[in-house]
Amino acid sequence: MLKTVIARPWIWSWIAAAATFAMVMALTQGRGASELAYAALSFGAFAAIVGLGQMLVITLGPGNVDLSIPAVMTLAGTLSLKAMGSDPNTAALGLLIAVAVGIAAGLSNYALIFLLRLPPIIATLSASLVYQSFAIWSNRGLRIKPPAGLAEFATGRTIGIPNVALVGIGLSIIVWLVLERTTFGRWLLASGQNLRAARLAGIPVELVRAATYVTVAVFASIAGYFLASFSGGAALNMGQEYLLTSIAVVVIGGTSIAGGFSNVPGVWGASLFMFLVVSMLNSYGLGAGVRMMLTGLIIIGIVVAASTRRPRA
Amino acid sequence: MTRLFARHRILLPVLSLAILLAATFYMQPRAMSYFGVNLLFNLAVPIALATVAQMMIIMVNDIDLSLGAFVSLVACVTATFLHDTPVLGVLILAGLIAAYAALGVMIHRFNLPAIVVTLGMSFVWGGLALTILPSPGGSAPPWIRSLMTVKPPLVPMAVVAAVLIAAVTHVLIIRTGIGTVLRGVGGNAASVSRAGWPVLRLKALAYALAGFFGVLAGVALVGLTTSADANIALRYTLLSIAGVILGGGEFTGGKVSPVGAVIGALTLALAASFLSFLRLSPDWQIGAQGAILILVLTARLIFTRRDEQQG
Repeated sequence: MLKTVIARPWIWSWIAAAATFAMVMALTQGRGASELAYAALSFGAFAAIVGLGQMLVITLGPGNVDLSIPAVMTLAGTLSLKAMGSDPNTAALGLLIAVAVGIAAGLSNYALIFLLRLPPIIATLSASLVYQSFAIWSNRGLRIKPPAGLAEFATGRTIGIPNVALVGIGLSIIVWLVLERTTFGRWLLASGQNLRAARLAGIPVELVRAATYVTVAVFASIAGYFLASFSGGAALNMGQEYLLTSIAVVVIGGTSIAGGFSNVPGVWGASLFMFLVVSMLNSYGLGAGVRMMLTGLIIIGIVVAASTRRPRA
Repeated sequence: MTRLFARHRILLPVLSLAILLAATFYMQPRAMSYFGVNLLFNLAVPIALATVAQMMIIMVNDIDLSLGAFVSLVACVTATFLHDTPVLGVLILAGLIAAYAALGVMIHRFNLPAIVVTLGMSFVWGGLALTILPSPGGSAPPWIRSLMTVKPPLVPMAVVAAVLIAAVTHVLIIRTGIGTVLRGVGGNAASVSRAGWPVLRLKALAYALAGFFGVLAGVALVGLTTSADANIALRYTLLSIAGVILGGGEFTGGKVSPVGAVIGALTLALAASFLSFLRLSPDWQIGAQGAILILVLTARLIFTRRDEQQG
């Protein structure tokens, strides 16, 4: 039993998260444990949602990565808040707009990759510049507050768990079910393991890739919609930090960067860990520069540790 | 005609630059002077150096997402240590190049994904830069300032520098034996290794070269801006990757072109000036740069695909 648990790649990110939590607690002599856990779940949820999307793309195999996540988050947050215009009872409309932004962005990303045969890195990078421009254009001089009900939901809790974390958990369960229990999930994993073999086996690989790029953009949009509601408005740099975070949580969570293997629970462990590391460095009272440096070194350290554990390819 | 383009990959980047330059001169005839050209391409010099640095990494099938943060850090070191205590400054810069080589060793030795390691390193560089220079400031060492503002006869400094960078890297990467082997690492690392070359050391060399050109980019940038801040060159990450690809390079297989990379960097720098001459609303400038990038890559695709069909 213990052996099978240890062999799971996701267990390490959870151990790391628990260890970091314990270190913060040791520093504060156990005060504020529930507050810290609550904050970790709230902020971790955003990282987990974008991380899940990025995980699906990375699962598609080498070279597949979505660098437009920050821009899509910002655009979705901006446009949905603008549409809602702080009016009550418009939360559903806002969500609809956000999802529509996600679908549009995902489709155009994939169009660039498929029709123009651009490498995904370049395609999503250039497209993200265009999305960013859209966001700047529509965000001009506006600072719209989210509708009160939506803001309350985004910052509120149900049975002690932050609502945004519940949304994230819901999405994770869907992703897990699709990956593990549906044909589509198997197609996705097979395409990531060997694209040529998957194509020859009759899997509609281009459809799988299109669906994946749309999914990651929709997840980014949903995260952007809730993040804008959570923080009381959209900002042009709101997605910035999620570029590194989305990739880091996937790798720390034990998903293979070479593709073909996904790991949903690991993304959550890694998301909590990423937040807790920053809080730990904060509570040691370190300056912003040192904090950034240590965050980078910890990420690299974990990637190195993970690579020495797995057998060399 | 299309075969000509496919055979000489350099033609398309040259043509893109020429068209963009013609359009800029058409929009703003006054730019067609010694002073105007210098102004148009001034900021292209550090971008070209950063692009060459990125090319060294792409040459061995990796990608560097930390380059912008690295160039910013170098700029901060240049504006502080290199200005106040030149010996210490040079030592720090040499240490940074060594750190890049170590990064290459680590990535190869542990078989790590370069994209993740360099993303992590971008935090390390950024944190260091912020520690050195918490608020914008510092000043450029006078000799760099005078080097970057030198006025050679007939041709502006920016053009001379671009030609020089292209020529030196072309000889280094395309003409010399070691350059060929380095490109071979990107093409087929296993066969290079079987042929008796130490791939680990070659990768370290490629990364060290990237660090070296990254340092040059940061120093050149401070020579132009006269001061630095921790975020001064963050957009270089994106520009350098785009420049390499615009110049006809590819992400895999060691297919890179130093001359193309420099031309790609010039094109990107010119695109920014061109867009401001268009009187385009600042809201759309970033987006238009993305659109130009997509456009040029589409043009390349049309030519290369036609060639494949013709056999």
